[in-house]
Amino acid sequence: MALLTFKGGVHPPDHKELSAGSPIKELEPPEQAVIPLSQHIGAPCSPAVEIGQEVRKGQLIGEPGGFVSAAVHASVSGKVVAMKDILNPMGRMVRSVVVQNDKKEEWAPLQDNPDYMKLSPDELKEKIKNAGIVGMGGATFPTHVKLSPPKEKPIDVVIINGAECEPYLTADHRLMVESPGEVLEGLKILMKVLGVNKGYVGIENNKPDAIEKMREAASSEPHIEIVALEVKYPQGAEKMLIKAITDREVPAGGLPMDVGVVVQNVGTAFAVYEACRYGKPLIERVVTVTGHGIANPSNFRARIGTPIRELIDAAGGFTQDAVKVVLGGPMMGFAVSDLEIPVTKGTSGVLVLSKSEYAPAEKFGPCIRCGRCIDACPMGLMPSMLSILSEKGFYEDTKEYNIFDCFECGTCTYVCPAKRPIVQLIRLAKMLVKR
Amino acid sequence: MAVAKKEQELIVSVSPHIRSEESTSRIMWTVTLSLLPAFAMAVYYFGPRAVYVTALCIVGSLFSEWLVQRMAGKEITIKDGSAFLTGVLLGLNMPSSVPFYIPLVASFVAVAITKQLFGGLGYNIFNPALIGRAFALITWPRAMTTWFTPTAAFMGMDATTTATPLGIMKEEGVQKLLEVFGDKMTLYTKLLIGYRAGSLGETSVIALLIGAAFLLYKRYISWHIPVSFLATVGVLTWIFGGKEGLFTGDPIVHLLSGGLMLGAWFMATDYVTCPSVKKGQIIFGIGCGFLTALIRLKAGYPEGVMFAILLMNCFTPLIDRNLKSRVFGARKEAGK
Ligand code: SF4
Ligand code: SF4
Repeated sequence: MALLTFKGGVHPPDHKELSAGSPIKELEPPEQAVIPLSQHIGAPCSPAVEIGQEVRKGQLIGEPGGFVSAAVHASVSGKVVAMKDILNPMGRMVRSVVVQNDKKEEWAPLQDNPDYMKLSPDELKEKIKNAGIVGMGGATFPTHVKLSPPKEKPIDVVIINGAECEPYLTADHRLMVESPGEVLEGLKILMKVLGVNKGYVGIENNKPDAIEKMREAASSEPHIEIVALEVKYPQGAEKMLIKAITDREVPAGGLPMDVGVVVQNVGTAFAVYEACRYGKPLIERVVTVTGHGIANPSNFRARIGTPIRELIDAAGGFTQDAVKVVLGGPMMGFAVSDLEIPVTKGTSGVLVLSKSEYAPAEKFGPCIRCGRCIDACPMGLMPSMLSILSEKGFYEDTKEYNIFDCFECGTCTYVCPAKRPIVQLIRLAKMLVKR
Repeated sequence: MAVAKKEQELIVSVSPHIRSEESTSRIMWTVTLSLLPAFAMAVYYFGPRAVYVTALCIVGSLFSEWLVQRMAGKEITIKDGSAFLTGVLLGLNMPSSVPFYIPLVASFVAVAITKQLFGGLGYNIFNPALIGRAFALITWPRAMTTWFTPTAAFMGMDATTTATPLGIMKEEGVQKLLEVFGDKMTLYTKLLIGYRAGSLGETSVIALLIGAAFLLYKRYISWHIPVSFLATVGVLTWIFGGKEGLFTGDPIVHLLSGGLMLGAWFMATDYVTCPSVKKGQIIFGIGCGFLTALIRLKAGYPEGVMFAILLMNCFTPLIDRNLKSRVFGARKEAGK
């Protein structure tokens, strides 16, 4: 069967080989977990504990600040020793709860549900909400909100995003290989919540073992299809994924639900299963620690709140020529210099680039109008024009070139031979333009 | 080996954190490389003068770029290969016999005026090499249209000037052309390998196609402009090119002669001066083809490729503005 895909995109070297073969290892829980009260898009949580209070693993420590928000739980048992503001990777200060680990690993009471599939859609949704689950591919949009589409937007398809199109990252890959059944159950739960009877798992073709494992697991599921996708960035962007799998085009400025689709990430599906089956809140996730700047690239199951320094150390530490630490993938991730930053629900990877992989981008030339960015832009925009208009300060004119359809995937910037900082210029214009 | 790193040593910059290997200068030098077969054939047919003329153009181009950037206090970018490429293209567009000052002046017009005074790389409206050539043609019409047969040029028999195939066809018709070359097959073959009068680099169709294939393979150019350009010339000269009425023209002679192959594959595809959206490129190619055929068949000049491309260069901004790429998810009617 021909591989499904979308128009545009690029093929950066994916370097998945560094960590794709490394099974997920449980990472030693941290001495101190620093748990931000805002790890999601939406209102931050308000603290539900006080300094000095003993907490158990899985206990609620952050009360959602509204409907578009996600509960936060303790990832270790122990004592709350501080509340402090820390800088998150995006450069914003967030209130965080610091829990001193007592190493007892005592769980808060969890509600086991062997018959979770018998629960009503609303009960399942409640469990997902209580578990504080968010989009774990990096977008961190609260999952229960995505599962509550307005009445006038009927949903008929759920897609699990196993594209993992960001180079280097292998967290979703390992999860599909090691726990295909759980991911699939997660999908079935999501389908039940939305009353949908068509489910897909889209996987890029560079993960044949994951495709095979998922197909095996889904062999007796008539309503679920595992589809192989062409390896191309940004295949895992929601709109591109929906286009590739269902051939539906999310209208410009619209959302997946406008075409009857809900997309959830592999890690999210896994968390949904654990929440509904065991009542387990989201307190850990799979994180890929990789790059040529890391001695032993690995995949870890790490507690939320673990400082990334501990992940780097567990993966053998930096190599001699490590120069840059990125949270997330190389195309859309955030570079950080503070290694005390904790793993959060959206941390799919800790990527350490070496000197040879890192592309210094201080110097750039004029646009030579080669058209590469236009051909590659998955949104069909003209990044060259956007960058030129922004560079010259004609911010208002960028609207004529549909600047707000840009989702900052970085594809244009990756391909540009003149090394122009196109997305950076687009971000600037987006900030300065009046909507 | 694990290495302790100080946090201050870590670089923080915004995404994306990786970049493709492609660069402006790599593109320029690769395109230059793709002209090597054509240049080699030029040397083979026209001898040392091919080297001499091309070298003058290159030196003139590099010097002009350096001079303007120097005077404007801008960064000197002669190493990026773009001025070098303009020099090569200009050289390949010159007859072998031009006196030394023509390449020098033409390359100054090309690089200093057409390119740098319009804002430098990326901002020029017209293809620099073609403006350089157009200027030379208008200023020194005799010298720029004095052609030698390949062998004559090589042997240094500068008495044997001749007309180009297109020139013969224009003046005396296709019949005369056949007389000169023998029969149809010989004619086609000689045009293909380039054994004919013409500018240095335009004569050998084979050599040009090898270079073009290389660029297509490397995806440095796409088929859109050359194919629509060539197809339009082919169809129009077939329909209107014959003396005996419609559909009696010989499109093959037209496709293989003059500067068409050099122009369609290497000049019309210049990134800076052609539209950057594929739809627009097809319009651009058709426009080039139409104007080429019009000039060749109906105007005073035997050859029209140069003026056709230059004229279409004027339309590039207009085409780009009106034929934007289709935005993902745009409603059908809205997605111009
Ligand atoms: S960053 Fe924006 S403009 Fe650039 S390729 Fe992605 S969507 Fe297109
Ligand atoms: S890729 Fe860079 S040089 Fe090419 S058109 Fe886009 S912005 Fe211009």
